[in-house]
Amino acid sequence: MSKFIAVPAMLIGAITLATCTNAAAPGAADSNQTPALGSPVSESRLADFDLIIAADGTGLPAGSGTADLGETIYRSRCQACHGENAEGRGSAAALAGGSMQSEGPPLRTVGSYWPYATTVFDFIRRAMPADAPKSLSDEEVYQVTAYVLFLNGLVSRNQVLDRDSLPAIVMPNRGGFIDQSRIQ
Amino acid sequence: MTHRESLHKAAGNGLIHRRHLLGLGLGGLGVAAAGQVLGADQAMAFELPAWSRRPGPGPSRYGQRSPHTDHIGRLAGDPNPLYPGGGASRSPLHLLQGTITPNSLHFERHHAGVPAIDPAGHRLVINGMVRQPLAFSYEDLLAYPMVSRIHFLECSGNSGTLLGASPVDGTAQSIHGLVSGAEWTGIRLADLLAEAGVLEGASWVSAVGADGASMGRSIPLTKILDDVLVALYQNGEPLRPEQGYPMRLFVPGWEGNTSVKWLTHLKLGTAPSQFRDETSKYTDTLPDRSSLQFTFPMGCKSVITSPSGQMALVRRGLYQVTGIAWSGAGTIRRVEVSADGGASWADALLESHQSEKALTRFRIPWDWQGQDAILLSRAIDDRGNVQPDRNTILAERGNLSTYHYHGMQSWAVGTDGNVRNVYV
Ligand code: HEC
Repeated sequence: MSKFIAVPAMLIGAITLATCTNAAAPGAADSNQTPALGSPVSESRLADFDLIIAADGTGLPAGSGTADLGETIYRSRCQACHGENAEGRGSAAALAGGSMQSEGPPLRTVGSYWPYATTVFDFIRRAMPADAPKSLSDEEVYQVTAYVLFLNGLVSRNQVLDRDSLPAIVMPNRGGFIDQSRIQ
Repeated sequence: MTHRESLHKAAGNGLIHRRHLLGLGLGGLGVAAAGQVLGADQAMAFELPAWSRRPGPGPSRYGQRSPHTDHIGRLAGDPNPLYPGGGASRSPLHLLQGTITPNSLHFERHHAGVPAIDPAGHRLVINGMVRQPLAFSYEDLLAYPMVSRIHFLECSGNSGTLLGASPVDGTAQSIHGLVSGAEWTGIRLADLLAEAGVLEGASWVSAVGADGASMGRSIPLTKILDDVLVALYQNGEPLRPEQGYPMRLFVPGWEGNTSVKWLTHLKLGTAPSQFRDETSKYTDTLPDRSSLQFTFPMGCKSVITSPSGQMALVRRGLYQVTGIAWSGAGTIRRVEVSADGGASWADALLESHQSEKALTRFRIPWDWQGQDAILLSRAIDDRGNVQPDRNTILAERGNLSTYHYHGMQSWAVGTDGNVRNVYV
């Protein structure tokens, strides 16, 4: 690797900086010269590291699952916190029900509020179950995602979810958000 | 003329002109303060104290605070088995001064607790729409040119309880303690992106942390290139674990959640990733049931930290009303204070050094003679933003969501001297 000798950087941070600033662009009169120490990696080596699922489904792994299979996982891995009918308990949010058009304050859940079904897979895979995050296989994440969507009436019990069918689900509140990012 | 009459009134119900804090009227203030303790000097012993009669312990490897100040702490909820490691702790705003929060007292918000990261095993990966995906070690990054910036950090849920139907019996800490100020030192993310080579068309950067929740947020590339840092130091020392050690994103002025802690992954693309924490959470539902998404800068805001909720005024006379103001859009230019519930206002004295997207300390003298009062503060920034009152915010957006609340805080002072949170 074209790195500088591994001297504890804590000790020599400033020195390294002084001697290496030309590594990136020799002679460039740029005040932002950096030592260019990043190691090149290929996207294929990042397959397990990169957890991001785009809203169009890019990044969804191989595998598939149905709500029928997901129910078993829900009962053993999720129910203790989220409740028997996914009604929620304290900070373990309700995972089903609610309506944005309800008379009182709306109960906002995956079914009533979330704009994209891909986010359900993405979030469960990265963060749930909260007591053992990342302990489910991709196959199991597809299954329990299907079960959560089934509880919200968005898929049938035996509908197969995979990298093609999951992003195709149209969530009820898909059009309910106003993007503020351009008016900052 | 008594000293009190010589003080220049600045607004109703006892507010005194801020110039009395600038040395001009300090004589008057001094007399007032001395007057309060005249009775006390009889009781005071003027023998040399015991600590002046023996040497104390010598220098130490790591400093500790006085045992007489160890009541100053963050306010954290109880551990919650349903949410392992999750939750928040709040800064004791009412017990601090200046504008820099000590690292041990900076607020926290975690989604899966504080990961125990060995920096030797931590990587920062940049991939997606770049010419060459790159991985950086902590040691690599320590060798990069760094900049230091003083900024506030505020959780977008801060103060949201004030949208509730009835005012909570709270303190400046319990209501507003999800804001802190610090000097952050790190690498301009623009420099690291230049090394990877941003591809034409990239417009969003997704940032992910290495905590159990792998918390992710999407940030527009324009902001990233403007002033976002990969921060490695806070107030001069390496980040504390609860603030993201070994590295965090720091996004000046924007809702705290975007400053992703334990930063391990940055991915460039053409759209936001629609993470759970930018769809299900940190979005604001309006009365018409549409919801605002990607509301990034924190509003122009201030809060009086003393006197404040659950404090008690124990003597009549001059008090210093003080607090902090900040704006995610720019620099605080002016803070006005009212002691009569908003009927009249006086300009507070601002600390001489105001910087962009940073806490600004304000002060104004106030003469309390046992009367009812309602103290309010109102911040104004250099972009012309004026802190709204609670009713204006309620009328504009209702209270179906409680993120991004920056309305005025009103503290009522009773004739008994007790201070409490009220709505006006
Ligand atoms: C130890 C308790 C616990 C367990 C077990 C658990 N969760 Fe959670 N879950 C939580 C908590 C707490 C949150 C809120 C997290 C936050 O706000 O950061 C949450 C949030 C969620 C959300 C997002 C809800 C929303 O509306 O934002 C989903 C979806 C979810 N969990 C699914 C699951 C699934 C599926 C399982 C089982 C595989 C599971 N959870 C197991 C505690 C738990």
